[in-house]
Amino acid sequence: MTAVLKVENIRKSYPSEGEVLRGISLNLNKGETKVIVGPSGTGKSTLLRCINRLTEPDSGKVWLSGEEVTRAGNPDRFRPKIGFVFQHFNLFHHLSALKNVTVGLTSVQGLKKDKAERKGRESLEVVGLSDQADSYPAELSGGQKQRVGIARAMAMDPELILFDEPTSALDPELIGEVLEVMIDLAKKGMTSLVVTHEIGFANSVANEIIFLDGGVVLEKGPPEEVLRNPKEERTKQFLHKITELYGE
Amino acid sequence: MEALVSKLQVLVNNGPALLKGTAVTIELGLTFFVVGYAMALFIAMGIVYGNKAISTLLSGFSWVFRSLPAIILLFIFFYGPTRLGINLSAFWASVFALGLRTAGYQAQYFRGGIQSIRSGQLEAARSVGMSLPKALYKIILPQMFRFALPATANEYAITIKDTSLAYAIGVVEVLQQGSFIIAREYNPLAIYVTVALIYWIITRVGTRFFAYLEKRYRIPGFKVSGFKV
Amino acid sequence: MGFFQYAWTILPHLLQGVQITLLMTAISMSVAAVLALLLALGKMYGSSPIRWFCSAYIEFFRGTPLLAQLFIVYYGLPVAGINFDSFTAAVITFGLNSGAYQAEYLRGAIQSIEAGQVEAARSVGMSFITAMWKIVLPQAFRRVIPPWSNDVIYTLKYTSVAFMIGAHELTSQAKIVAGEYFRFTESFMVAGIIYLIMVYIFSRSLGVMEKRLKIPGFEMRE
Repeated sequence: MTAVLKVENIRKSYPSEGEVLRGISLNLNKGETKVIVGPSGTGKSTLLRCINRLTEPDSGKVWLSGEEVTRAGNPDRFRPKIGFVFQHFNLFHHLSALKNVTVGLTSVQGLKKDKAERKGRESLEVVGLSDQADSYPAELSGGQKQRVGIARAMAMDPELILFDEPTSALDPELIGEVLEVMIDLAKKGMTSLVVTHEIGFANSVANEIIFLDGGVVLEKGPPEEVLRNPKEERTKQFLHKITELYGE
Repeated sequence: MEALVSKLQVLVNNGPALLKGTAVTIELGLTFFVVGYAMALFIAMGIVYGNKAISTLLSGFSWVFRSLPAIILLFIFFYGPTRLGINLSAFWASVFALGLRTAGYQAQYFRGGIQSIRSGQLEAARSVGMSLPKALYKIILPQMFRFALPATANEYAITIKDTSLAYAIGVVEVLQQGSFIIAREYNPLAIYVTVALIYWIITRVGTRFFAYLEKRYRIPGFKVSGFKV
Repeated sequence: MGFFQYAWTILPHLLQGVQITLLMTAISMSVAAVLALLLALGKMYGSSPIRWFCSAYIEFFRGTPLLAQLFIVYYGLPVAGINFDSFTAAVITFGLNSGAYQAEYLRGAIQSIEAGQVEAARSVGMSFITAMWKIVLPQAFRRVIPPWSNDVIYTLKYTSVAFMIGAHELTSQAKIVAGEYFRFTESFMVAGIIYLIMVYIFSRSLGVMEKRLKIPGFEMRE
């Protein structure tokens, strides 16, 4: 069985920051949820962006269900199959929630208006926002915005969804509603790669936790191992800090 | 090649005339700009700090002079004074017409500048005992001028270009000189393009000067990102 | 006869000019809008020579007087074999001129759309062009309405300059009746009042349009 996502040796440097990713490799099989954790600024977001080539990696390869994403000149055709949920939501300001979800369906996948609308409403229902379909982003709370963002990614029927710190920009009391949706999706079998600080979430749904530090994968394994018995010193330090901050 | 030489020859022969016109352009522009600037100051203060009647009157005045086309103003100030028995040269008619017009615009920039100064500034000034005029002079105006500087620089550029409109009432500024030259030598394309470039140069030099002013009078650490006019 | 009687007498003549004024404004603004889009996109995303050309074009038309540009088009171009009648020359010049200003407003508006919008658009698979057309430009368009409205009114007023090349708009009509009746100041004052009325109506209408096009909750930041 081919892995849904195969990432091999991704490297990326920036002139101002040096080498941010020093050869990252990982695999994701269908239905798996893997969570990437690590100190801030260690390239976790960059990694996700390299996967759908919003940022171009310096070297390394990415395969989506056996097809090499990094080879194609124009990555446009892969992107509908890779859902992306942004830390700062990036909802289209001038479109209603429903339109935000359907614009990709109509303009990229060529769906007819009524079909797109039906799909859009379905997605909004999954995230619990059916009654906000006609509201505009500026009228929604942070948690609602992010749920629309998730609906937007889901509606395209992607093969996997990348979550880039989806709750980091939310007020504490709004984090729950988004995590609920994400847990629900994971349980339903959506292949997901999530960058987050929410250890509780990782503990409950992740098949594997990947600890990224200094541009390399320092440690990885199932939650019981990594969280209870971390092997590396740095991992221990990081988890200690996190649990101090967030409580257990 | 020959054509180029003859073109250059034309420019050389008529250089002095163009220079004379340029001098008039600059003289006219700077004069009415300064006149307008000074008037705008009082108009702006009247609008912001005056009572309802004065404020409305001055706002209306500003609106009228911004909304009338410059050409119309020039004609009114050119033909009007005669009816009142005053003899006004075309130059001075332009100074008043365009001066009042720029005053109308600049008053709005100053008003915007004043309104973007936090009210606490004036309160603090009054609370240490300054009278209103003193507070304005020492605290409000210095900040207002800085805020309005970009808009003022822009207005300068418009001013220089609008001097060309004085052509309509016979002021012999550089564009008019251009037309005279064309009557003698022909080649309107080259001559008018040259005149256009002269304006461009004068505008650029002025804008440089304003950029220098902006740097020189910058308040350390205080960002002016723009303000509502 | 008194002022108001005179005003009433010359009104029909002036209104003929008003028609031309409005027509000129409408046509040049349409030309300018299309031109502005091309110039703005060219200046931001074009190849080196295109970027250079767009910048030079904008610099020239914003840095030189409208009257000089008008003379160049009407008196200068015939030298190169291109002849226009006064109306066409005026409309072309105003269009070229306004287009340069609008290009800069549009460029500012496009650049004020935060990068996240484009990223989100690309992330669902939109090509650059689709992202521009469906996501960036619709938002930039909303942001450009205030300065654009200003420009409409500017153009309306500056059409008065066209009388210098013989176009038959409001100011030239005023000049004609002034010469006929030998009442200069009053003729121009009446014309002035008509301009004020037009400016007021335009301002109000554009303000209403701005309100109608407002996206709920989306403030137009400066």
